[in-house]
This record gives sequence, structure tokens and C-alpha cells, in this order.
Amino acid sequence: MIKSYKLRRFFANTFIYITLAVMGLIWIFPLVWLVLHSFRINAADPSIAPSVLVPRLFPAFNEYGIDNYVLLFTETNFPRWFLNTLFVATCSCIISTLSVLMVAYAFSRLRFKARKPFINVGMIMGMFPGFMTTIALYHILGIMQLEQSLVGLILCYSGGAGLGYLVAKGFFDTIPRALDEAATIDGANRNQIFWKIILPMSKPIVVYTVLTSFIGPWCDFILVNIIMRDNEANFTVARGLYSWTDQQKINDNYRFFLSGSVVVAIPITALFLYMQKYYVEGVTAGGVKG
Amino acid sequence: MKYIDYMQLNPFQRFGFKFVEFFRLLPKRIKDFFCFIGRSIKNFFVGIGRFIADYFMGFIHGDIFTKLSYIFMGVGNIAKGQVVKGIAFFILEALYIVFMVFFGGGAIVNLIGLVAVYNQIPIAGPGNRFNDVLIFNSTQNLLFGILAVMATIAFIAIYFVSIKSALNCERIKRNGGKPMNFKQESMELLNSRFHTTLLTLPIILISVFVLLPLIFMIAMAFTNFGMGAGTIESFKWVGLRNFENIFSISSDGGASMGETFLKVAGWTLVWAVFATFSNYILGMVVALMINKKGIKLKKLWRTLFVMTIAVPQFVTLLLMSQMLKPDSESAFNIIASWLGAAEPINLWSSANDGLLARITVIVVNCWVGIPYTILMTSGILMNIPEDLYESARIDGAGPVKSFVKITLPYMLFVTTPYLITTFIGNVNNFNVIFLLSQGNPKVNEYKYGAGKTDLMITLLYKLSIDQNKYGLGAAIGILVFIICATLSLVTFNMTKSAKNEEEFS
Repeated sequence: MIKSYKLRRFFANTFIYITLAVMGLIWIFPLVWLVLHSFRINAADPSIAPSVLVPRLFPAFNEYGIDNYVLLFTETNFPRWFLNTLFVATCSCIISTLSVLMVAYAFSRLRFKARKPFINVGMIMGMFPGFMTTIALYHILGIMQLEQSLVGLILCYSGGAGLGYLVAKGFFDTIPRALDEAATIDGANRNQIFWKIILPMSKPIVVYTVLTSFIGPWCDFILVNIIMRDNEANFTVARGLYSWTDQQKINDNYRFFLSGSVVVAIPITALFLYMQKYYVEGVTAGGVKG
Repeated sequence: MKYIDYMQLNPFQRFGFKFVEFFRLLPKRIKDFFCFIGRSIKNFFVGIGRFIADYFMGFIHGDIFTKLSYIFMGVGNIAKGQVVKGIAFFILEALYIVFMVFFGGGAIVNLIGLVAVYNQIPIAGPGNRFNDVLIFNSTQNLLFGILAVMATIAFIAIYFVSIKSALNCERIKRNGGKPMNFKQESMELLNSRFHTTLLTLPIILISVFVLLPLIFMIAMAFTNFGMGAGTIESFKWVGLRNFENIFSISSDGGASMGETFLKVAGWTLVWAVFATFSNYILGMVVALMINKKGIKLKKLWRTLFVMTIAVPQFVTLLLMSQMLKPDSESAFNIIASWLGAAEPINLWSSANDGLLARITVIVVNCWVGIPYTILMTSGILMNIPEDLYESARIDGAGPVKSFVKITLPYMLFVTTPYLITTFIGNVNNFNVIFLLSQGNPKVNEYKYGAGKTDLMITLLYKLSIDQNKYGLGAAIGILVFIICATLSLVTFNMTKSAKNEEEFS
């Protein structure tokens, strides 16, 4: 009996290992493919783009080289796009984080007459498809003389950020109210409670908010697409990489698309792996209730 | 039926019981709903009545300064010692009047007609010839008009706040107190009125960058922008014509908007159901496998999957769309030929109603979404008491049975809010479709370049960006909103009632 149980467990575990290995392979394969192909050059002449169509899965041994990356940073708009994105992401991250935390704190800890109506209106606004508004945003930025500018883009990313307060509110809700009361008795006002008690206790949610709002602009291209139209100098990386998959010029640009993707993916991946813990804590605190 | 009787039923009987119960309670629920609405409306009007009464009584009983502050905001405050606040109110009123006289009034008038405004500049030379110079096109009229209306509403709110503050000052004065001075009041902004401090800036930002564009697009759904004579420069109100157009069926049997929309909407729902639940269940199975006792290298497995979330989605999706191309050199077809496919497989062909393409997007969405589920559910899965599984195993339940009977109900119970948001997110899943398939395969029975894998949201994009039919696109946006709002209302209500019926323990 014992033996058969052990045997059964052995088979079960082997089965699980095999399944996980196969699945892991499937999941990691596109990424490996991306990295390997980003190094693929034209073996005869590295300055000429290799043909897009490759009859084998991975490049041959004599086809590897770093020329794609060198050209990416010297010959294309990519460095400019990268800096644009860095600028937009940093600024919008600061504004977004502040407004998210402020709104979340107000709705979680403070009680005032307009609280319920505001929450309901916010929920209704959140149910409209997000990018329905982007077309109008283009005209609004036009009125403000900010069309096709990076500042306009920052405002678009961070303007509505306050509506994404739910996760942070869920987190603030879990901090015991007794703390606030104790601080009030000690003579602290609500401003002090917010900055000196609640925020220091909310590191996970602050990190989560900062990182998600920082990563946002790196991954979005719809908004940039509509706001920037064809103003290539002000593209962000996502929009720029998307423009390189254009079917007409894909033969020249495909290598840049691949190597550029790797360059963008590395910092984002590093940030994400770092914030993984906070990500789970943040989302499970706000989105899932037991 | 008592609770204990209910517990003794088998699943089918339980379902039947719930089914019958649902319809038995339906009339009562509908009645309750309308009672609730009626009560809300009554409360609303009672509130307004009381408000108006206060407003006029304050005017009648107030002293001369209070009376004056009904016309000149802030006078009452100045007279009672709140100089800074009073002056601020007064300046706000002056600003609003200037705004309305020079700009806002005209903008609201233009909003009614929406017609483009031209300025006629005489051309030098013989005869009375004029050159039409565009001042406001219809888009600007719409935008400025909405802006002026929003400013008016904000002003009315401030007006009533100022009246309330004037009355308040007077009451304090009459009771022998002294109204707070400016410094004290500013300190209150950090304490009892801290919410004002916190919310002002975010609310202004949201009004300008979310509310204003939203109202603009909703208004757009009632114009002929992109339909017939409507262009970006000049369009006009057409009422519900766009909504009629969405459901119009062409008489000659060709491609019609109505057919396209209904089919796209149907596929959107199918997609949302499959995309949500395939990710949810498969992700949970993988998470269970990783977390199973005795499995080594847990961290490695988890990182392997999480890596794919970390890479920006547009990169992986664009990459996938390149790898899944129909030509024989694409990564997919190379692997397919290793596995014995004689000729390259075209995943995006319109054969079989585009079934292959539809399956492809769902499978690729699994690739995208399963790691999220693993990340989300791992923690909760660990919280399921181990002894539940233990006793199930002793009772002879296999892994599949204990998954269906223990894990799934537990997880469904805990993660319903997450599931609902994921579902809504999938209805609006623009990225996967737009980057992966662009809605392909296109078919002739669909209008406006829509394809078999297009969702409502990508149809919206195609209509407004590619086809310039903003009015039609906005109307579809409103329909998507209605569908999402109804879905989440219904499901949230159902989970609430489910929670009252049985607590999961």
C-alpha cells in the first residue's frame, strides 16, 4: 500500500514536472526567439538589413552580431524616443502617484457629504471604453496649444489617474482606524496623519502605484498614436516600435523592431520582477475580498 | 425550505431550486427596485425643496448684507469679518460674468446650433466680394459649448456655497460668536475640510481630461460627424440617427452595419467568456501544480511565467503576430512543418467563418493571461485549508474531483470581483486583437473593414480612426458602456445575494 502510494506520487510528480517543463518552454520560447533574432545580421554585409524571411527557426551561427544595436542607437530615432518616454513616464508617474494616493486617502479615511456621489460618478466614468475619450483629448490639447507635444501627453496620462484609486483605497481600508484615533487624541490633524502615519505604513501600495504609473507610458501606444499623429520626433518607444512593423518598410526596420523591443523590455522586466511582491500585495488587497 | 434541506439537495436540484427561486422572487425584486427608485426620487425632491426653502428663508430673514450677497457674492462675508474669503467669492463672480459675456454665452449659443461660424472679410477690388474665414468649426463649438456649460455648473455650485457661507456667518454673529478668520479657516483645510484640499486638484484634472472628453464623445454620438455631409469642420445634431444606423439592415442583402454590429457584439461576448475562463481555470491549474507539495524549483517555474508579464504586452503581441504569419518562413509554420504539416497553415484564413483565427486569438490570449492568474491566485490558493484536501483524498477523491469540488468553488467565492473586472477588461481588450490580428480575417459580409476577430472596441477604433465615422464610433462606445454597466450591475447583485444565501467556510 505504502509502496503503491509512493509510486503514484512519483508518477504524479513526474507528470507535473513534464507539464511544467513543456509549458515553460512554450512560454519562454517567444522571448528567446526575440533575443536571438535581435542579434541576427546579414552575414555577408552587417550594414545591410538581413532578409525578414528566415527559413529556419533560429539564426545560423555566422549570423550573430551586435550591429543591430549599434545602428539602433546611432542611425535611428530610437534614442530620442527612449528619452521622450523616460521624460513622459517620470513626470506622469509623479502626478499620477500623488493624485491616486490623495483620492484614495480621501475616499478611504475621510467622511464627507459628496463622498458617495463622487465614488458613483467615478465608477460610471470608468465603465466607458477608455480610449473613446482620446479622440476628444486631441482637440482639447489643441485648445491648450499643446497638440502633439510631450507635455500634453503627460497631462493625458496623469489627468485621469485619480480614477484608478480603487486598489490604493482597498489597501488604506485595511489599516486599522484606531491608529488615526490615537493620533487625533495626541493632537495630530488629518494632514499630519496622512503624511506621517498612513503613508509610511503603505510602502507596498506606494511602490505599486509608482511603478504601475511609470510603466504605463512605456507600454501604451494607442494614446500616443492618436495624440502625436505623425509627429515622429515626439513618439514614445511603444509607438516608434509599432511604426517599424509597418508592412511597407518592414524589410529595413524589422531588425530595429527586434533589438529595440529587447532594449525596452530589459528595464521594464527588471522593474517588474522587483515589484512583483508589491504588485500581488497591492492587487489582492484592493481587488479581491475574502 | 430550510437551509438544512437545501444543503441535502444534489447540485442539480440546487440549481433547479435556485432557478425556480429566482423567478419566484423576480416580481418582488422588480417591485423593490422600483420602490427604491421612487424613494430616491422622492428624497431628491424633498431635499431640493428643503434647500430652496432654506435659500429663500435666508434671504427674507437675513440682514441687508446677507441680502446683498445673494446678488454680489461675498458681501455678507466681508461685512462679518471674513474679508479674504468674501473678496475671493466676489472675484470669482466677476470672473465668471466676464467669461460668460466675452466667451461663454456665445459658446453656449453655438452649442445649440453647432454650425460653423465664419467671419466675412471683404476682398479688396471691385464688387462686394467676401472671403469666408472660419472662426469656430463645429468641433470647437461643441467643445467650447460643453466647457461653458461645465463652467456654469461649477459656478452655480460655488454660488450656493457662498450663500451657505454668508448665512452661516450671520447665524454665528447672531448667536454672539465670531466667524472664523482666514487663518483659522485655512487651518481647517488641513483638518476637518482636508478632503477639499486632497480632492480639488484631482477633480479638476479628471474634469478636464476625462469628464470633458467623455461628454464630448457622448455628444458626438448624436451628431452627423462622419456621416453624409458631416465633416470635422461642420456637423450638426441629428438625434438618434447614429443608433438607428448601427442597427440598420440593408435592403439589398449586402453588408450592413446592423448585421456587422450584431455579429461583432456576439463574438465579443463569446470571446470575453472564453478568454476570461480559459485563463482563470488553466492559470489556477498551473498555479496548483507549481505550489504542490514536493515540487522543487518553485521559484524558477514562477519566474519563468512571470517573465512574460514583465515584457511589455505590445512587444510580445507584435512579436506573436510576426511569428504567426501565414507565409512558410514564419516561426509557427516552421514548427508546423516539423510536426508534419505538408504546407504552410494560414491561421488568418476566412474559411470556416474564421474559426481558426478565433481559436488562435483565444490561445494567444491564454499565453498572455495565464501568468497573471498564476500571480494573482497563488497566494489565495495557499490559503485554502490543507485539511479540506486531506479529507477529500481520504474519502477517495482524485485530483480532478477535488479541484472541481474544493478549489474552484472556494476561488470563485473569493475572487468574484476580480473575475468581473477581468471579464469587463476582456470585453474591452483592445491590445490583443489590434496588435495580433487587426481584426482579420476580413470578410465581405462585414462592413467598414471589420473582420471576424474584431471586438466592439476595435470596431470603434476602425470606425472612428480609419473610417472617420466619429458619430457612429461614439454611438458604439455608448452601447459598450451600457453592456458593461448592465453586466457588472447584474453580476454584482447576484454575488451579493449568493453571499447572503450561503457563507463559504
